[in-house]
Amino acid sequence: MEGGIRIFLLRVTLAALGVMSITGCFGGRTVIETAPDEGESVIQPEVSRREAAPVKIDADNFEVGAYFGLLSVEDFETNSTYGARLAYHISEGFFVEGTFGQTDVGETSFEKLSGGAPLLTDDQRTLTYYDLSIGYNLLPGEVFIGRKRAFPSALYVVVGAGNTNFADDDFFTLVLGAGYRMLLTDWLALRVDVRDRLFDSDLLGEDKTTHNFEFNIGLSGFF
Amino acid sequence: MQYPAVIVLACLCLAAPTYGKGRPYEVVIAEPYIELHTGPGRGYPIFNLAERGEKLEVHTRRTDWFKVRTERGIEGWVSAGQLSQTLEPDGTPTAIRDPSREDFIKRRREAGFQLGDLDGANILTLYGAYLFTDNLSLEISASDITGDFSSGWMLSASLVHQPFPGWYVSPFFTLGTGVLRIEPKATLVQAEDRTDQEAHVGFGFRAHLGRRFLLRAEYKSYVVFTKRDSNEELDEWKAGFAFFF
Repeated sequence: MEGGIRIFLLRVTLAALGVMSITGCFGGRTVIETAPDEGESVIQPEVSRREAAPVKIDADNFEVGAYFGLLSVEDFETNSTYGARLAYHISEGFFVEGTFGQTDVGETSFEKLSGGAPLLTDDQRTLTYYDLSIGYNLLPGEVFIGRKRAFPSALYVVVGAGNTNFADDDFFTLVLGAGYRMLLTDWLALRVDVRDRLFDSDLLGEDKTTHNFEFNIGLSGFF
Repeated sequence: MQYPAVIVLACLCLAAPTYGKGRPYEVVIAEPYIELHTGPGRGYPIFNLAERGEKLEVHTRRTDWFKVRTERGIEGWVSAGQLSQTLEPDGTPTAIRDPSREDFIKRRREAGFQLGDLDGANILTLYGAYLFTDNLSLEISASDITGDFSSGWMLSASLVHQPFPGWYVSPFFTLGTGVLRIEPKATLVQAEDRTDQEAHVGFGFRAHLGRRFLLRAEYKSYVVFTKRDSNEELDEWKAGFAFFF
């Protein structure tokens, strides 16, 4: 008995499938054709789409700043210096930086002791320098001030090249240095920098490599 | 009658900083948790976590780090790697676009600096390039030259063709012209400063170091059209770093 019922059910199913396939071929088309005439589709999509295009997140990889400090020019005393710099942070490690600064050099020992005519005019004592450097944030960390405050900071090293201009002359300059950046807020940083500016000079008669150390403190902002 | 213009300008200036900051970008955490660092770098400690299902407002980006604010009002920095595991409000994965190799090939602007030797003198060059196509670009460069006997500067414009932009180390060829200024050192000789036109040809290569960074080295041969009887010929070798944007 069971076998007979099963065969009967199978036949009914096959017949139903056959009818459905025929209506699918012929009858189905009429349904599709008439659908637009009804004006309203049966299913109302409830998917809400975002109206705005994907928001572009602001990137603040540029750092612009100014500094004030001391620059020792070999044979020409140590004097105050000031300058500006612009950096672009390529990754969390590397950044490139351009610096432009100025100082007024003093008198050489020779000029002071001889009491004679000065070696340079006042105009020639204005020293300007610039350099392009690559820096690497070597030691990222935090500065703790008091029990509740911690500021992100980084110790970095830089190497670069540039030019120093004074005494009516240009000196190709290599720059080696290190610095410390402390983020006071997410966009404002306090910086302390040390640089050695190396250039060959023949101003005092003989050709020699001079080391010119600079120490400065500055503020910079990210944008 | 210029006051209205001034006022409009002032309003624009005041409005400028707020432009585009109306609605922060929001993402939903899909992983079990996300780590919040105190600063934009792997060296800054993780001080808090945000859990699956929490919404994050993404405010700014610095290199590979994103400043976020959680629903609980905690602000911290999340790495690009973790942020890319989150979902946008409509359920699609957060798309963080990082410069890829494809972007390098399709780049349109490039800038960099190079250091080298111009016939015995040191030369430091800053340049910017605009690529019209993947192959052809226009470059403007400014160089500072410092030698033992003279110093000076050079401004030049070049057309650069790179036949194989898809290669990892891609060669290029340069053709251009510019102005060369030479100032002999005051301490040595009493010679006149001179400004001459130059023309140059050269070749070099670029290598994509990853992300926005590229290495570039090149050789150029200059002909300087002097006012003397013969033209001057100079060789230049230089190498440096550049990035594209």
